[in-house]
Amino acid sequence: MNTQSLALVGFGPDGWGKLLLLAAGLTLAAAVCSFALGSLLGTVGAALKLAPNHALRWIGTFYTTLFRGIPEILVVYLFYFGGSLALTHLMHLAGFPGFFSLPSFVIGVVAIALVSGAYQTEAFRSAYCRLERGQIEAGKACGMSSTVLLRRIIAPQTLRFALPALGNIWQSVLKETALLSIIGLVELLRQSTIASGATRQPLLFYGVAALVYLIMGQTTALGIRAVEKRFSRCWGR
Amino acid sequence: MEPFPQETAPLPGATVIKAVGLTKRYGVLDVLQGIDLEAHEGEVISILGASGSGKSTFLRCLNLLEVPSGGALNILGEDIRFRLKRGEQHIADARQVNRLRSQVGMVFQNFCLWSHRTVLQNVMEGPIHVQGRNRYEVRDEAEKTLARVGMLNRAEYYPSQLSGGQQQRVAIARAIVMRPRVLLFDEPTSALDPELVGEVLKVMRDLASEGRTMLIVTHEMAFARDVSSRIVFLEKGTVRAQGSPQDLFKGGMDESFDRFISHFSRPG
Ligand SMILES: Nc1ncnc2c1ncn2[C@@H]1O[C@H](COP(=O)(O)OP(=O)(O)O)[C@@H](O)[C@H]1O
Ligand SMILES: [Mg+2]
Repeated sequence: MNTQSLALVGFGPDGWGKLLLLAAGLTLAAAVCSFALGSLLGTVGAALKLAPNHALRWIGTFYTTLFRGIPEILVVYLFYFGGSLALTHLMHLAGFPGFFSLPSFVIGVVAIALVSGAYQTEAFRSAYCRLERGQIEAGKACGMSSTVLLRRIIAPQTLRFALPALGNIWQSVLKETALLSIIGLVELLRQSTIASGATRQPLLFYGVAALVYLIMGQTTALGIRAVEKRFSRCWGR
Repeated sequence: MEPFPQETAPLPGATVIKAVGLTKRYGVLDVLQGIDLEAHEGEVISILGASGSGKSTFLRCLNLLEVPSGGALNILGEDIRFRLKRGEQHIADARQVNRLRSQVGMVFQNFCLWSHRTVLQNVMEGPIHVQGRNRYEVRDEAEKTLARVGMLNRAEYYPSQLSGGQQQRVAIARAIVMRPRVLLFDEPTSALDPELVGEVLKVMRDLASEGRTMLIVTHEMAFARDVSSRIVFLEKGTVRAQGSPQDLFKGGMDESFDRFISHFSRPG
């Protein structure tokens, strides 16, 4: 890398560094929001899929089948256009003419959360199935109410068993945020495209973007592995 | 969380468990076919019987881990309330059941310690999160209880780091730290290597000699004979015979029981 390209990606007067950093921040924010919302959806999804009620189980299966079966990019498009259409329609009904659209950050986060929620549903469900019935019965036998049982026994153990799968899902959520570039969000990929266009140095900027994705992914993976290791002490050997 | 009322000292010999005509059915299988049993304060009752005779099912009915299909159940003076739904009995009052369970300790064949908690945390869990007792008092009592079963030096270990006998002793500590009025044991030594059985039986002997009320499902005939005040022999989901260990073990009281114990190497 020569000094000229270094200046281009740096933080100097004609460097893109600051904008890229901001965009990376947006990528991280979108990923964190999508994953967190996905965890909520995954918890609900797993509860549905494990419910004794047939109809509830069916809803859970419908959800995971749908969002694991459609390409993510299509989900994003459907939400982007569908969301604006619905909003515009609602606004017309309320007496506001014109075209309305939801912020692409919100649309994108919801779309990716729905997909990651479908995968997290599976992660939580299979983790729950690994719990030992005896340990749950031991909780009941000492008089735990169902909420105490959930909070003290079921949730911590399920989380522990789901952790490796959740780590993988986090990694893919981080990468999937790149899809938000197609609905106009200036996240890391979109910002790199803008910079490559302006400087005619696509390889440089896409290379930098790749590196930043890798760094973000690997640092978080390291964190997750550390937590896993701490936990595995009790299941150990 | 309101703490449960503790230690309302019962009259000596008061009835703590009373089952009348207790039945349990799984589909078409009648596992319990009307069991009557009354256990009094201070009794040590061993429940014997062939595998599949319904011993575990009966014991699990007593703290409602299984819901009986019929009959009446009175635990610590309270009639358990059931409700019928599509022809099956269900627990009517979960709070009642939880309250009673906190006063009825249970020790399982497979220990069933919580694998994400240390030994000490396992023992402190119930008093703090079920009974709402003070953490510092509980810690003190938990340590004393662990010392009693000889496990205080393993307080910071996780269950997976212990032998079966050690795990079972912790499980017993976990049960008695709740200050239960009755203790239920479901084959507490059956999952143990032979050389580890003794350490668990010793703890149980100590508990019995303290005058604790215990119902024990076991295949340890010598233990049952020496420690029990009463033997209850189940066969095909009914009480086939019961009486003092002296009467039953000398033979000739019930031919089915005699045949049953002849399968075990001479007790004692
Ligand atoms: N959850 C269940 N569903 C169906 N059958 C069961 C269930 N639990 C126990 N049984 C049956 O009930 C009978 C008695 O079981 P159990 O109480 O475990 O006997 P024991 O403890 O005396 O060996 C056995 O035939 C067993 O197969
Ligand atoms: Mg059994």
